Amino acid sequence: MTEIDPIEIKRIRWRSRRGLLELDLVLERFLANGFNQLTQAELLAYRRCLELPDNDFLDYVNGKAEIEDPELTHIIGILRRA
Amino acid sequence: MTVPVRHFDAVIVGAGGAGMRAALQLSEAGLKTAVLSKVFPTRSHTVAAQGGVSASLGNSEPDHWHWHMYDTVKGSDWLGDQDAIEFMCREAPKVVVELEHFGMPFDRNEDGTIYQRPFGGHMSNFGEKPVRRACAAADRTGHAMLHALYQRNVRANTHFFVEWMALDLVRDADGNVQGVVAMEMETSEIVVFQAKATLFATGGAGRIFASSTNAFINTGDGLGMAARAGIPLEDMEFWQFHPTGVAGAGVLITEGVRGEGGILRNSAGERFMERYAPNAKDLASRDVVSRAMVTEINEGRGCGPNKDHVLLDITHLDPEVIKSKLPGIREISIKFAGVDPIVAPIPVVPTCHYQMGGIPTNYRGEVVIDGKPVHGFYAAGEVACASVHGANRLGTNSLLDLLVFGKSSANSMIDFIKAQPAELPELATTDVDRAVARVARLDNQTGGVEVNDARNAMQRTMQNHCGVFRFKDMLAEGAAKILEVEEMVKKTQIHDKSKVFNTARIEALELENLIEVAKATMISANARTESRGAHVRDDAPDTAETPNGRDDTNWLKHTLWHRDGNRLEYKPVNMTPLTVETIALKTRSY
Repeated sequence: MTEIDPIEIKRIRWRSRRGLLELDLVLERFLANGFNQLTQAELLAYRRCLELPDNDFLDYVNGKAEIEDPELTHIIGILRRA
Repeated sequence: MTVPVRHFDAVIVGAGGAGMRAALQLSEAGLKTAVLSKVFPTRSHTVAAQGGVSASLGNSEPDHWHWHMYDTVKGSDWLGDQDAIEFMCREAPKVVVELEHFGMPFDRNEDGTIYQRPFGGHMSNFGEKPVRRACAAADRTGHAMLHALYQRNVRANTHFFVEWMALDLVRDADGNVQGVVAMEMETSEIVVFQAKATLFATGGAGRIFASSTNAFINTGDGLGMAARAGIPLEDMEFWQFHPTGVAGAGVLITEGVRGEGGILRNSAGERFMERYAPNAKDLASRDVVSRAMVTEINEGRGCGPNKDHVLLDITHLDPEVIKSKLPGIREISIKFAGVDPIVAPIPVVPTCHYQMGGIPTNYRGEVVIDGKPVHGFYAAGEVACASVHGANRLGTNSLLDLLVFGKSSANSMIDFIKAQPAELPELATTDVDRAVARVARLDNQTGGVEVNDARNAMQRTMQNHCGVFRFKDMLAEGAAKILEVEEMVKKTQIHDKSKVFNTARIEALELENLIEVAKATMISANARTESRGAHVRDDAPDTAETPNGRDDTNWLKHTLWHRDGNRLEYKPVNMTPLTVETIALKTRSY
């Protein structure tokens, strides 16, 4: 598996800034608590989540919709508890 | 220090609805167009717009742009410029149909035309009865608009510079705008984007308040840059608020909660709305509820350790009703207030939503000072003040503003660029040096103020002294306090000095923009001694000459705040539409 370097981690942190306040709030909390404990696999999954459109991402995090991609189910679960 | 320079016909700062609509027009005209954005374009704050975009298409029932214009002037409490409002309402059907052709998936009627729904303040026949004028794409209108515009821009070869932050406007000795200085977040490299024409489409600055629905990116970067470059800011005292956002978060609690029986309580547990609105109580109109909440907080009956919010209580409702009728609200409360509303009340506070003021422009999107366009400078969208929203924006006119003025500013830029010599003039370096020095100051600051401390001080000052309902003494105090906060902002320091995606540096630079907006807002609000639209003062008397506190004799005029010396001046409201008769002054009531 690809190692994620520290620069990429900083990019991921910036890309956690979103167009929707609700996502900003959830992700800010997650970055402060939990983000640093992610495994490499979880981090890669989180990076993929950041590519999601904001409205879909929020619906998954809020539990209003279920993500179809099985590789992202686990990380969305972590975000739901954040 | 030598700063690299890139050359374009047009540079646009901001890739939300206005920036991308303008970029499309410019790129399709064959002009080399750069768009700078802090975040990926489809994650701009336009994505949060749900309600729709208004246009008098008349697909469901008869409608007319002139009725739309009347509603907009009335909504603005007559502070909107009637030439710009006529222009916007006449253009609305064209820009909405254009957007449809760009691939926007509007909701449709069975006959294939765009479905239109009713919306507060949309009336037919000059305020007679509600009309269906709002066009939407489910509850994702802003999102769909951004996607449609982004894809068209990619096809039109617009040059996107994503994860770049503009630092300052570049003007030459004569005040002509030559472009912007910007920083690439990935490297912290500073580059000048020199262009024949520059457009600011950077959105609003709702983050000046402690409670705001705005995403974290809404830091008024265009307003800060304009102010530092000597451009005045217009009507910054006018901000739209919603009565009930979750305290400390800003996420809105729908007014439907009070409809289901929710009760507002102060620190003594008292149902205080009984005193302010004995009949309607908690179902009173938005402004009455907001005013009552702020009065309770100001008089020391707020809740929590800082006594800075009130409580919205639904604990008396059947848990099954809460679960079935208000599931989203329960979720929001648990997630953002840490409170299950079945067992404990939700902390709420009036929450800032939209900025009516901004960079002064005309309806062609040209930035105007003293009646004359600033050479090469344009603004559109929430950052601009055309002024179509005046003292209060009509619902769904914000997305319309983006489309109409994104397009019109781009058309002005196209004409302007074509009239310029092919060669760009020599770059003036004073503003470039200033931007570089600003970043260097931040990097070298020691023993200074933490960015979070300064930002919190600003947000608390604005919320407490210049919120949804305003008091003379609080405003005067606030005007002094915000200048003290400015001194804190001048001394901010960061501990991470690294070059790559340094979020701390970006946030410190954003704060330098926010503080300009905060000063403009507080000082403009302190000076305007009437109530009009969203600017509501406790000390503005409701008399026959000044109904609802609105004083047309003295205050039917736009505020212009200048950063230099916090000087205020005023300019008349344009009461002369382009082709129709003036919509005459009337008391605003719904």
